[in-house]
Amino acid sequence: MSEVALAARGLNKKFGSLVVASDINLVLPEGARYALIGPNGAGKTTLINLLTGMLPPDSGEIVLAEQDITAQAPQERVRRGLARTFQINSLFPGLSALEAVTLVVEERRRLSGRFWQNLASHKESIEEAYDILSRLRLGDSCYQPTRELPYGRQRLLEIALALATRPKVLLLDEPAAGVPQDESGEVFEAVAGLSGDLTLLFIEHDMHVVFRFASHIIVLVGGAIFAEGSPADIAAHPGVREVYLGTRQHG
Amino acid sequence: MSVAKPATTDPQIWLNARSRWHRLEICFWLATLLPFLLFPNYLSLASQIAITALFALSLDIILGYGGVVSLGHAAFFGVGAYAAGLYSVHVTGEPLSGLAVGGVLAGVAGYAASFIVSRFRHLTLIMITLGIGLLAHEVANKAHWLTGGSDGLQGVKTLPLFGLFKFDLYGNVAYAYSLGVLFLAFLGVRRIVNSPFGLSLRGIRENLIRMPAVGADSRAHIRTAYTIAATLAGIAGAILAQTTQTVALESISFQRSADVLVMLVLGGAGRLYGGLIGAALFMVARDQFSGIAPQYWYFWIGLLLVTVVMFLPNGILGGLSQLYARWRVK
Repeated sequence: MSEVALAARGLNKKFGSLVVASDINLVLPEGARYALIGPNGAGKTTLINLLTGMLPPDSGEIVLAEQDITAQAPQERVRRGLARTFQINSLFPGLSALEAVTLVVEERRRLSGRFWQNLASHKESIEEAYDILSRLRLGDSCYQPTRELPYGRQRLLEIALALATRPKVLLLDEPAAGVPQDESGEVFEAVAGLSGDLTLLFIEHDMHVVFRFASHIIVLVGGAIFAEGSPADIAAHPGVREVYLGTRQHG
Repeated sequence: MSVAKPATTDPQIWLNARSRWHRLEICFWLATLLPFLLFPNYLSLASQIAITALFALSLDIILGYGGVVSLGHAAFFGVGAYAAGLYSVHVTGEPLSGLAVGGVLAGVAGYAASFIVSRFRHLTLIMITLGIGLLAHEVANKAHWLTGGSDGLQGVKTLPLFGLFKFDLYGNVAYAYSLGVLFLAFLGVRRIVNSPFGLSLRGIRENLIRMPAVGADSRAHIRTAYTIAATLAGIAGAILAQTTQTVALESISFQRSADVLVMLVLGGAGRLYGGLIGAALFMVARDQFSGIAPQYWYFWIGLLLVTVVMFLPNGILGGLSQLYARWRVK
């Protein structure tokens, strides 16, 4: 269990004079469920962008399952088992949910270059895609174009696309963002239902959700790790209450 | 209005149904045979339409399905035309091997260009493809010793098809040949857009940013699509060279790149039949209007283009399929 799934060492990133990541060290053990919290503009999404290769770091290194992936393109990292979801839906509006997830499965199975075969004959991929959608309770709406799906279902499709890459490490950027609170449970139940050996790092603002699902919490402030520890540690941390929990309660 | 499908639909059956032949498609292909009976005097025009339709179909792969814009697609049409023409002048006038030579050389040119094209989007991409098209045109113009420049390539001879069917003055064989190649190419493209690769191509069109985040190498896909599109464009060019027995500089011009884009947008990009319908409409309109006022016929095309893109953003076919869907719901 103590194997490290994903680690970052000394990550730095600046936009001009604005420091968005400052000497970030991070270790995610296999099967861990970490929450990443912090005020707006703390650099949470930037950290996910750095880890997944959407932004190159100025310095530092990223290690996935003991392999240095710092120089790898995003799609290479995905193929090695590092997937993410987006805070703002980044879906395929004109494709049905079934097509979108099948696309991802085909990419993972390296069958997407086969321009001479009929997609409908790729039974295994289609069934796998349908299975993922069913597990997220999207089975009955998987034939509709994505743009016609209700927002909550689109959020679930965000997760379905990431799951179809069969990740070992999954980074969720506010999976329930914009979902009404009474429905956000559904999104997080889906997250909780993910298999136990999947390593998870999620950004979330709702502290009830964070304390319920996270085994470990990292607090990011101004691009640097301000505190980290078990939910109990963080809840008792005087500084965290002040910079994050405190301001939120007043705001 | 979308109709909710029953929850029991099997996903494989649903996907399969999307690639099945529609009755209207069969009607469409039967209708392409009508010119032999109804318009025997217009078979040369019909042949030109089939060639242009194949050219538009090739653009649809990259533009309609992959979302990769091109203003220089005539470069590959021209490479195919000159390759087939020169092959006829210097090697043999046998048409099928000439067709292969035109397709392969255009495909190689497309593959080379794809390494640049796949790296850019939007305005940059438009300018790059425009530049490639202009470069190709000037090279063909300057290489007078090889291509005949603005005089056109002379001395192209085409031997009988399969050694049996002589290319006649009325265009019977020319149209049969163009139509046959168009149909085979269409079958190929139809398979491609219904393949896993076609799905990924649509993914690139729908959301390029998401593709790397799901493990897809979009650039590799675009390179493949571009090579296939250039090959088909080259085949179209080769048929034009063989059936008209000359290669005009016009076949590699910017005008041709612009025209094919207009046809595809008029007909409806991203629909297999958009380029075919657009090409037929454009060519017939040109034939009719240029009879009335040869200088000004682009006025009418301009008017049609503005009207269509304003009121039918998915082209004429897009509008028709919307009507059809509404009618079926009723």
